[in-house]
Amino acid sequence: MNDKVLMRGTHIIGETAVRSGCRFYAGYPITPQNELTEYMAGAIAKLKDGTFIQAESEIAAVNMVIGASMAGARAMTSSSSPGISLKQEGISFLAAQELPAVIVNSMRGGPGLGNIAPTQGDYFQATRGGGHGDYRCIVLAPAYSQELADITRRAFEYADRFTTPVMILIDGMMGQMMEPVVFPEPIDPRELPPKSWVLDGAKGRPSRIIKSLILDVVKEEEHNWKLYRKYENIKKEIQEAETYLTEDAKLVVIAYGTAARIAKGAIKRVRDIGLKVGLLRPLSLWPFPRRILDDTSRFVKEFLVYEMNTGQMVEDVELALKRSSEIHFYGRPGGIVSTPDEIAKVITSLYYRRHLEED
Amino acid sequence: MKKTVFAGFGGQGVLMMGYLFAVAAMKDGKEVTYLPSYGAEMRGGTANCTVVVSDEEIFSPVASSPDYTVIMNKPSLIKYENLIKAGGTIFFNSSLIDYHLIRDDVVLEKIPANEIARQLGSERTVNMIMLGAFVAKTGLTSLESIMNSLQETVKGKKTAVMKLNRKGLDMGAGFVLKELRNEND
Repeated sequence: MNDKVLMRGTHIIGETAVRSGCRFYAGYPITPQNELTEYMAGAIAKLKDGTFIQAESEIAAVNMVIGASMAGARAMTSSSSPGISLKQEGISFLAAQELPAVIVNSMRGGPGLGNIAPTQGDYFQATRGGGHGDYRCIVLAPAYSQELADITRRAFEYADRFTTPVMILIDGMMGQMMEPVVFPEPIDPRELPPKSWVLDGAKGRPSRIIKSLILDVVKEEEHNWKLYRKYENIKKEIQEAETYLTEDAKLVVIAYGTAARIAKGAIKRVRDIGLKVGLLRPLSLWPFPRRILDDTSRFVKEFLVYEMNTGQMVEDVELALKRSSEIHFYGRPGGIVSTPDEIAKVITSLYYRRHLEED
Repeated sequence: MKKTVFAGFGGQGVLMMGYLFAVAAMKDGKEVTYLPSYGAEMRGGTANCTVVVSDEEIFSPVASSPDYTVIMNKPSLIKYENLIKAGGTIFFNSSLIDYHLIRDDVVLEKIPANEIARQLGSERTVNMIMLGAFVAKTGLTSLESIMNSLQETVKGKKTAVMKLNRKGLDMGAGFVLKELRNEND
């Protein structure tokens, strides 16, 4: 059964979610991610133990996910940038109440309603919590269709393991693009490990209370430190990035998602004319893969951050490298997708400033 | 690595051509990406898709400059004439497009697809005729693989429809191969 199939990105996420034991999906339409909602409607209808709801709003959908998660379901919602803004209150509640859930954001042009073209404008929102309060979301950024499947499976695992919301950050292009994919084996949600947080009747056990209203400041402080310790633990555990041709590189491009694929195409071009350029592609955006960046910066002193925005991840790169290296930035916001040729020109002009003489 | 753009009006079967080609190449064991244009598209608007086929990992699914284009309308021809790689081949439906290229460093493959379709008795085979011509000339996959991919994609279609599609592919392929033979004579 595990043949390669050609499928669009949104459908890959949906199929993998169902195979990962997701039995609850609530969503509200917005382009460019409607094909995921469409797919979940069809896939969950085929299950005996699943629930699909087209909610009356994004806010309702995320609150339904909170309820499903409290009841022990692997639950997912999805939207695109403006819709994700609406869901932030619910995501903050998920984090506060330490509930697992998977949220997919197919980023589009912004701010405001913007457009439906692919961008990376929501990096700050995704990696800095997004909603109110002192919390973080695990944020995973796939770039290949196979990775969409692998990351969706991991997202549900991380969510349960750390009892926290996990965001999958893609864009409309990745959602529409088709590539061959091999799906992971299906999981029966009844065979997942017991969940310590579920509200399913307190017969034979002490009662559980899930809430986020903690008026006692001492208790709220302790709760915040508890979350902090969890996030520190997550930072130790999750550091995901791909490095490509960095061993001998004099310049390394840092990019994620769609931008990383375009950058890789550009690197292939400049390698062909002898430029020693590599790629570092973060897969986990939070936690930011600082350890991998540290390792790379021991032998590379010049970086180019390329994003489909005006410069957001570049701040994490600056924090991680602490002035040990020179950092350049190139960005195209608003939904412009650069071609590999365009990025190759940027790389080439930077590279020759420094390396023409010595090579 | 070969990048191909299929472009035309929505409703001309442009995305279908690209999809069938992508599935066929995947079944042949190639690496493949299929990227449709998306946006406020509708029937009658422009549509295009980029299919990359390679023996190695495909980095960018976006084509800076495609190796091949299969063109079904004039606006797309003007657009992709500028983008196509030097030495690349433009396949275009000469029944619908009356246009003389400005560039002289690209190969032109004029397919009178609607006329061929009329001989077949179904104008709906136009995209299969174009696809047949494209496959026969480029050799990026085989007509058999396209048929397999079509059978899988439109499960449950009547045999008569499948036969018509097969004829369309063959007539398109036959047209460019005959041209090739004439050139060699």
